[in-house]
Amino acid sequence: MTEAAAGPLKRTPLYILHRELGARLVPFAGYEMPVQYPTGILAEHAQTRSAAGLFDVSHMGQVRLTAKPGHSAAKALEAIVPGDITGLQPGQQRYTQLTNETGGILDDLMTTSTGDHLLLVLNAACKDADLAHLRKHLAASCEIEPMFSRGLLALQGPQAAQALARLAPAVATMKFMTGTYVMIDGVECYVTRSGYTGGDGYEISTPADAADTIARKLLAQPEVKPIGLGARDSLRLEAGLCLYGHDIDTTTTPVEAGLLWSIGKERRTQGGFPGASVIQKQIAEGAPRKRVGLLPEGKAIAREGAEIALAGKIVGKVTSGGFAPTLGRAIAMGYVERAQSANGTKVELVVRGKPVPAEIAPMPFVKHAYYRG
Amino acid sequence: MSVRYTNEHEWVRLEGDVGTIGITTYAQEQLGDVVFVEVPAVGRKVAKGESVAVVESVKAASDIYAPVSGEVVEANAALADSPGDVNAEPTGKGWFFKIRLSDKAELDGLMDEAAYDAFVKSLG
Repeated sequence: MTEAAAGPLKRTPLYILHRELGARLVPFAGYEMPVQYPTGILAEHAQTRSAAGLFDVSHMGQVRLTAKPGHSAAKALEAIVPGDITGLQPGQQRYTQLTNETGGILDDLMTTSTGDHLLLVLNAACKDADLAHLRKHLAASCEIEPMFSRGLLALQGPQAAQALARLAPAVATMKFMTGTYVMIDGVECYVTRSGYTGGDGYEISTPADAADTIARKLLAQPEVKPIGLGARDSLRLEAGLCLYGHDIDTTTTPVEAGLLWSIGKERRTQGGFPGASVIQKQIAEGAPRKRVGLLPEGKAIAREGAEIALAGKIVGKVTSGGFAPTLGRAIAMGYVERAQSANGTKVELVVRGKPVPAEIAPMPFVKHAYYRG
Repeated sequence: MSVRYTNEHEWVRLEGDVGTIGITTYAQEQLGDVVFVEVPAVGRKVAKGESVAVVESVKAASDIYAPVSGEVVEANAALADSPGDVNAEPTGKGWFFKIRLSDKAELDGLMDEAAYDAFVKSLG
């Protein structure tokens, strides 16, 4: 995601808490956000993989869609995303993308049906443009309610369930990609069992004025420590998850990005979303390029922008790369031409002008640990 | 022998005509957890200000510049297995490389400890 544009930085409801915790605050998507706390990214990463970590993701864009009389919000949303939204049962959550006319990705998002509404979670850097896009396409059929001041807390890790269940027992039996209203500390919150680490966990949407108190209640649990955006990035990279603006953008299609699983079966054949003809053609014939995992040899780290070469010819570029603390080694992802995208293919990553041998490898790099009941 | 500092947050400690070079406590704090250090080859001739090493934290890669001109006579091979030394002991075990200075007068252009401390304070 891009860093802040001009203008004063916005703050989330947890800003004071971040300061108290000694966070290093940096501009991110127009917000002043914690990149790390005093323990550092490696310790925060390990904390989230072994116990539980609390992330402030209140900068993300929460939007509520409510159908106008005689309309269906799910049907309306399907006009601008390729995901199967009409098939969402109340309490179910789904990952999808806003696509453009060429099949590119304007943003990726989570959608949850409450039965009465659809709740969307959009990327912070895209949320204003997304809101305009939603208004342009959905205003006739839906009430569109931005809830950009609400709190959004992600509690992630193998001990997230036991920690959150102490405050809200009902969350213990929730399954991955479901959502429900629960009371936490006497306040109604909307909780989904989802996240961006590849591990078990929850995202908790709170009223703005309750976010600080609930965050402190969670941090008071023995399993939980605060985690910044630095570890959020290394965790999602290990999980092979895309970061908008880096691994996916308006020039990449969901097929190229390896996100075909998120396109509903019927929607693949029936279309009816922006860029459907491009995406359907790629499904039928194969995309010209593919997002792949990359394991560089040795210790050098190939970061975003490093070229991927095969037999002296540039075949693609790294879109995310870094150190994987769980594995103790460098990992990366990037796009290569489809003909060269098979797992095990030997390539070279150009790091500071020098070729580093690497192998195309399956993702995730660290096995997902979602709770499916 | 006193230690000299650059405004790129490197330190150089002279013993005879060989300077040991590393990054400062302030620099390692700014970088965060160091996960990889690429040190220069022994025998390489370097000019003051030339990029000679790279330090990678979880978040980013940063160049390390030669604070003085000369020849690299030793590099800290231990950093390959324990890059965290840069965080734990930036002015001790976390040193990067040693240079035999070709012109000791270059040190005069660097900051002493008091000047460097004032420089860091000025950065807020």
